[in-house]
Amino acid sequence: MAISASTVNRRRHPTLLSRLRSRRYAAYWMVLPLVLVVIGLVVYPFFYSIYLSLENKKETKFVGLRNYQRLIRYGTFWLVVGNSFRFTLTAVFFKATLGLVLAIILNNLPFRGQRVWRGVSLIPWVMPLALSSLGWWWIFEPTHSAVNWVLVQCGITGKPWLSDPTWARVSTIVTNIWFGTPFFMIMYLAGLKSIPQSLYEAAEIDGAGATQRFRYVTFPMLRKLIAITVMFSTIVTFANFDIVRILTRGGPRYTTHLFGTYAFNIGIETGHLPRGAAIALFMFPVLGIAAFFILRNIARGEE
Amino acid sequence: MISSLAKRKKMKMTVSYFVLIPFLVFFLFPLYWMLITSFKTDTEITSLKGIPLIIQSKPTLAHYKKILFGTEFLKWVKNSLIIAALVTFLTMVISILAAYAISRLRFFASQYFGVGVFCTYLVPPTLLFIPFFKIVGSLGLLNTKWALLFLYPTFTAPFCTWILIGFFSAIPRALDEAAFVDGASYIQMLWKVFLPVAAPGLIAATMFAFTVSWAQFLYPLAYIYRGDQQVLTAGIYTTLIRGDVYFWGELMGASLLASVPVVVFFAFLMDYYIAGLTGGMLR
Repeated sequence: MAISASTVNRRRHPTLLSRLRSRRYAAYWMVLPLVLVVIGLVVYPFFYSIYLSLENKKETKFVGLRNYQRLIRYGTFWLVVGNSFRFTLTAVFFKATLGLVLAIILNNLPFRGQRVWRGVSLIPWVMPLALSSLGWWWIFEPTHSAVNWVLVQCGITGKPWLSDPTWARVSTIVTNIWFGTPFFMIMYLAGLKSIPQSLYEAAEIDGAGATQRFRYVTFPMLRKLIAITVMFSTIVTFANFDIVRILTRGGPRYTTHLFGTYAFNIGIETGHLPRGAAIALFMFPVLGIAAFFILRNIARGEE
Repeated sequence: MISSLAKRKKMKMTVSYFVLIPFLVFFLFPLYWMLITSFKTDTEITSLKGIPLIIQSKPTLAHYKKILFGTEFLKWVKNSLIIAALVTFLTMVISILAAYAISRLRFFASQYFGVGVFCTYLVPPTLLFIPFFKIVGSLGLLNTKWALLFLYPTFTAPFCTWILIGFFSAIPRALDEAAFVDGASYIQMLWKVFLPVAAPGLIAATMFAFTVSWAQFLYPLAYIYRGDQQVLTAGIYTTLIRGDVYFWGELMGASLLASVPVVVFFAFLMDYYIAGLTGGMLR
């Protein structure tokens, strides 16, 4: 009763306060903080970044696309482009494959063991990446550290892990695989649990072996999930900063830089903010394409 | 027949554990290596004799002593805690309100908000840190930890909102109708019905916001150059490396200490986090 009386009252005298309390306005008030965060801290900086990238180093003069043109003419920039793609594709491939193997194995284990080992396997992903990268940095130290000692014991000569371009790339990729495999595992495991057991039983009755069950039941059921996870990981890997910054700082001779670390190097360390902004913006098309595929796969049913 | 089934099952287990072991070695070795390094004496760390994979001479606490009393480590812990806690609180307020409105109240373009929120989450910190340098500077926040308080919600708020939209949408509408009939306002409905029912989602979102804020490295590295304003991740990295001198023992010990809060957090609440994450990604 009380409600209907107040509703009637509100309709008769639409004061500002009561209008602000109404259902529609209440919704606006509630999303306002988030909208402010998104506009103020994502949309505005994005356009500001474009504007900034069109200025000269001292930010006193508008130079048009010169920063972009310079970059395209630099061999270094193309080294960064090539390495970013190589880093992302290799790391995502291994993470997706190893994550799938691990998820299938864990899914086979009995409930108790599964929980424990799943928890243990998540540690690399839970630990702050900057800190575990420091650990990897020390592991790859050539004279006093672990990897080379083990190699020498096996009769293989130690490698100059972080000072040779090829091995430095391998090191950053290995660290990324270590960090990201648990994420794939956890996503795949959730997917595996959602496949009805009856499908496997039916396949088994039809005489399907383990490989066939994987090929005709598991894989098709997980396909969408794999696509989303791979695309999501592509964005995160492509935009990685911590690993390369700590292990190699982009060296030796710019061979391991990613867009993020190169933008940091040029923008913050050498103080050429506009060019740094231009480098970071080069990431945008790749991120946009990956985001498009994720959204197409998610296609959320809005109520 | 039965015995062969049991045999097959046992075989499957053995193979599973056999494949699991290399994974576990790969995953856990860095932690083990960091741990033993942090207890080794400096002479042992730089010595080339013996087996480095174990602690050979007497373990020492010298590195931990130096971390705690010879550096600004405790200050960084405090800064990290303040920033992560405040960011988490701020994020939760923003996300709960937004997720509630998006999942339950109809308003202009509300159906696009969910997708928009997700897109924002996909914007990585490396894309926008250069313009932020100027923005943070023009606000006078360069070289202060408060810059982080205002930057971190850019990546915590969208994802937490996204997680919570899922949890709120799963609440049966009959529940809000009952509350509405009882005369509850929207805020009361949110407070008395939605929050208690969606508690697992709140835990997941809180954990996400806290751990991501705790682990952020790029922003503090780019905007803070003073030891007393620094947070753990960047503080350890910038302070314990001086030119060519590497304090490996201190570096490893400090990195482990700084990881403890997050790992403990996860040990107890992992299931909520996984449910929130996979639910959020796979809806």
